[in-house]
Amino acid sequence: MNETRRKMELGKDLIGLEHLPGETIRGILDTAEPFKEISERAIKKVPVLRGKTIVNLFFEPSTRTRISFEFAEKRLGADTVNVAASGSSVVKGETLVDTARNLEAMRIDMVVIRHGSSGAAQFLADRIPSNVINGGDGQHEHPTQALLDLLTLRDSFGRIEGLKVCIVGDIVHSRVARSNIYGLRKLGAEVAVCGPRSLIPASIEEMGVQVFTHVEDAIQWSDALNVLRLQLERMNAGFIPSLREYNRVYGVTRRRLEQAPRDVVVLHPGPMNRGVEIDSDVADGPQSVILPQVTNGVAVRMAVLYLLAGGAPERAEEAKKGEA
Amino acid sequence: MTPEDTQLLLDAAAVENVLERLAGEIAAPGGDGLLLVGIRRRGVQLAARLASILERAHGIDVPTGSLDITLYRDDLHQIGPMPVIGVTEIPGDITGGRVVIVDDVLFTGRTIRAALQELADFGRPRKIELCVLVDRGGRELPIQADYVGLKVDAGERDLVEVRVPELDDGLSVTLVSATEAR
Repeated sequence: MNETRRKMELGKDLIGLEHLPGETIRGILDTAEPFKEISERAIKKVPVLRGKTIVNLFFEPSTRTRISFEFAEKRLGADTVNVAASGSSVVKGETLVDTARNLEAMRIDMVVIRHGSSGAAQFLADRIPSNVINGGDGQHEHPTQALLDLLTLRDSFGRIEGLKVCIVGDIVHSRVARSNIYGLRKLGAEVAVCGPRSLIPASIEEMGVQVFTHVEDAIQWSDALNVLRLQLERMNAGFIPSLREYNRVYGVTRRRLEQAPRDVVVLHPGPMNRGVEIDSDVADGPQSVILPQVTNGVAVRMAVLYLLAGGAPERAEEAKKGEA
Repeated sequence: MTPEDTQLLLDAAAVENVLERLAGEIAAPGGDGLLLVGIRRRGVQLAARLASILERAHGIDVPTGSLDITLYRDDLHQIGPMPVIGVTEIPGDITGGRVVIVDDVLFTGRTIRAALQELADFGRPRKIELCVLVDRGGRELPIQADYVGLKVDAGERDLVEVRVPELDDGLSVTLVSATEAR
């Protein structure tokens, strides 16, 4: 019991999966399992974070992640405040640290931060005593997205180890891709990426990842595809010639999936560009687990919040005794 | 651990007998709307045993559920690293039913307080009762059991151990005295 607990200890913050041991990642996924059931209850609330105050500090637009965190927080009984970049002091030029210190001064317990700069979450975590959860920082990491992807894969296949997972799309700008690669590798999956060369980092093989340049080859190889959103602003920056061209060459279509030797499970972190990186008949088809991903997102975030709230390891012995 | 310090209170046959009696008491008012909810972990196995006796000896087919009360503990933020949570499964709607909470040992009463709070989030039963295999005394809250298998006057630091074959070695209740438990 005690050994299991120590493995699940997350420390003060969740910044990324790069430095988390595989055991800890597995511990988070296991912890998410019982939290799934809470969202199915008539009264979707447990008192585990009662009296805790959590600030969702979003410097970048987000609908899904912010709402998912907010549901997770509220279903654990916490009080939450959402701060969006527009309409806050941020637009008046306040720095990240000043914003955070002001929040601290109001006695908060946890911060979920999304920020356009890589390293912003760590920067904040180093400067305030509250727990910090990275809700996506620049092109660095988006750990809770990767965790919910892992949980969804585990639900579909019963395991992660030995799975062949290909991430399709804009890898170079994607924090989702990075966090997924770290998490999948640590849990023993084989990982590939597929996309235009202009959107794949030059040194990607060093992460233990293979590269497909044809999506048909990726589909032949994969058990699951994680299809990333093509950020439309990339087109203007000259990374791809046109959306239609992208769909023609890299789009995940029903016709392409039908060529696969097995039923390939399809994930997408959302929001989708239907008809660009993924066709509607795939997104809404039987191989899609896109909506289960959303459901799992709440459970995984509840698990992370729960585990981060348990500090005080010096009292672990006492806890063991108190189980009678 | 020497045998002198461990006292066997109930062996397998005795536990079976006690469960037969408890099932009889639970069945006495009838099986209308009855639901057994075991508290994880050993309460779950005991509830399953009671349910099979109720079906065999009393012709009452009773659904069973399981309850993990971790998230409702009143000491969760004092114990740090968070404990592992088990799955809670409550079959159907409990509103209007008669719920019997089943646990292995009743001690401080704090687990049962948490269980009552958790059950309230699933609905409003007509009646909630408590069935325990062992009542060892030492209550810190005004909570009592309706069905008690065995009353033991254990010291605060003594250990009452219930074993069930699904999780442990055999079926038994033992009392480990305080000096040995440390």
